[in-house]
Amino acid sequence: MHLPADLQYTDTHEWVRRHGDGTVTVGITWHAQERLGDLVYVENPQAGKSFKKGQECGVVESVKAAADIYAPISGDVIAVNAELASNPEKINQDAYAAWMFKLRPSDPGEFEQLLDSVAYEKLIAAESA
Amino acid sequence: MPFIPHTEADVGLMLQAIGVSTVEELFDEIPQTLKNIRLDGVPEGLSEMEVLRMMRDRAESDGHYLNFIGAGAYEHHIPAAVWQLATRGEFYSAYTPYQAEASQGTLQGLYEYQTMMCSLTGLDVTNASLYDGASALAEAALMAVRLHKSSRRVLMPATLHPTYRAVVHSIVCNQEIELLEVPYCSETGTILPGALSRFEGQEFAALVVPQPNFFGALEPVHKLSDWAHRRGALVIACVNPVALALLIPPGEWGAAGADIAVGEGQPLGVPLAAGGPYFGFMACKRAHVRQMPGRIVGRTLDAEGRPGFTLTLQAREQHIRRSKATSNICTNQGLAVTAATIHLALLGPEGLKRVACACHNNLSALLDRVTKVPGVSRRFSAPLFHEVVLALSDAPDRVLERMRGQRLLAGAALGEFYPELADCVLVCTTETKTEADLDRYTHSLAAAHSA
Repeated sequence: MHLPADLQYTDTHEWVRRHGDGTVTVGITWHAQERLGDLVYVENPQAGKSFKKGQECGVVESVKAAADIYAPISGDVIAVNAELASNPEKINQDAYAAWMFKLRPSDPGEFEQLLDSVAYEKLIAAESA
Repeated sequence: MPFIPHTEADVGLMLQAIGVSTVEELFDEIPQTLKNIRLDGVPEGLSEMEVLRMMRDRAESDGHYLNFIGAGAYEHHIPAAVWQLATRGEFYSAYTPYQAEASQGTLQGLYEYQTMMCSLTGLDVTNASLYDGASALAEAALMAVRLHKSSRRVLMPATLHPTYRAVVHSIVCNQEIELLEVPYCSETGTILPGALSRFEGQEFAALVVPQPNFFGALEPVHKLSDWAHRRGALVIACVNPVALALLIPPGEWGAAGADIAVGEGQPLGVPLAAGGPYFGFMACKRAHVRQMPGRIVGRTLDAEGRPGFTLTLQAREQHIRRSKATSNICTNQGLAVTAATIHLALLGPEGLKRVACACHNNLSALLDRVTKVPGVSRRFSAPLFHEVVLALSDAPDRVLERMRGQRLLAGAALGEFYPELADCVLVCTTETKTEADLDRYTHSLAAAHSA
């Protein structure tokens, strides 16, 4: 599915999945991987590091471009998907299953600022117009 | 791609197709006030004959000296075949290889170069070269800081080439990177592990280890590498490529090997040429490749399954990563590297080893002779490669001037860079020196030097 309704999104093309324990999982959207092309390298943030909302925390590289990943909300990195180090193409195969990292949010108020799937769909439609 | 010049007739046809009558009309939109800049002070052009005459006259003033100066640029014999081949049109005017399908020859040459440098340094990956040894060292410092992620301090031994230290400082000083000097032992002329103890409590990104160092001496590379690695820092080797034919390569230093190796490639088939162009080499462990600057050539298969070469890992570079690229550098020293590759292929590992041995043996022979001259002594005790620091009891500038009068470039006075060594000169012998040359040097030194 290209745009799961149960996720939240950023205007920099990250998706956010909220869990019952308050933590979130982050990845990049189907749209992002489609525009980038075949991914060859994923540079995840280090576990234990803290980021502010909107701060650069990683990089994904394709054959033709390198794109920064921005923290969708402020928080501490509690886990990183080690699989992507050797198999970055998993993001191309299934962008919503191939998660990048997990955060423990430091400001739940920030969730309001994320986009829902409808708003995100409008955003990418406007971008390609 | 060959260069195809236009005849006047060609130009005329093109102007006609565009719809203008002169080339100048194409620049009409440039304001008149900015055009027609006069070149006052630039003399009239000379004919080819006049230029040749002028250059021949000036070449007379070169004086044909016998050269014993090293200090970062080394006079080695370059087989005639090297530049005979390197100046072939296909190499000499080859364009930058971003279009792989039009550059397979260039790319293969670079791939061979990279392979040879990996072999020499004992490391996994080499780039297609940087501008020179000094800026390569600066790039290595920047790379180590990026890799370390925590500290922005780099330890720089005082035994590193003074110009290298100055260049690294120029390049990193506005990037919030701190360079800390490590003092050398006055007796050995090298960095003793004890000198590092003052840095025990601090965190730093890398320790630079020269081999041989500016004084020609061999550093205790294993102890220094292990010390740095134990403190979570990277090891940057700064090495002479000819010496590597004899010495343990950086990839085998200490328990884990050096992380990055850089140096000046000039000794590999590039003439002294009044200081350049030279080329810097850089190699690193595979794990660090994504932070290595410069071009990297890879071998792969094309769309039809045929083997070929292409620039790879380009997402590190300027044209893709822009301000976050690993460096502002997006080029390499193509022609110098082509010459070096041919030079290395002609010599082979055995030939390079023989050259290194000849350099070293000549230094031993020279030392035997000059230490018998009253007032001349070897300043440091550490083992040497092909350079030595001699202490003179007469003022070095005077001695060098007198020897110059005998057509000898006898060495580099060190007082300018090391005030504590104001009585010393740095002398180099490469394979180019004969026994007769060494005798001549010794006699001249004895005559020029009043004890």
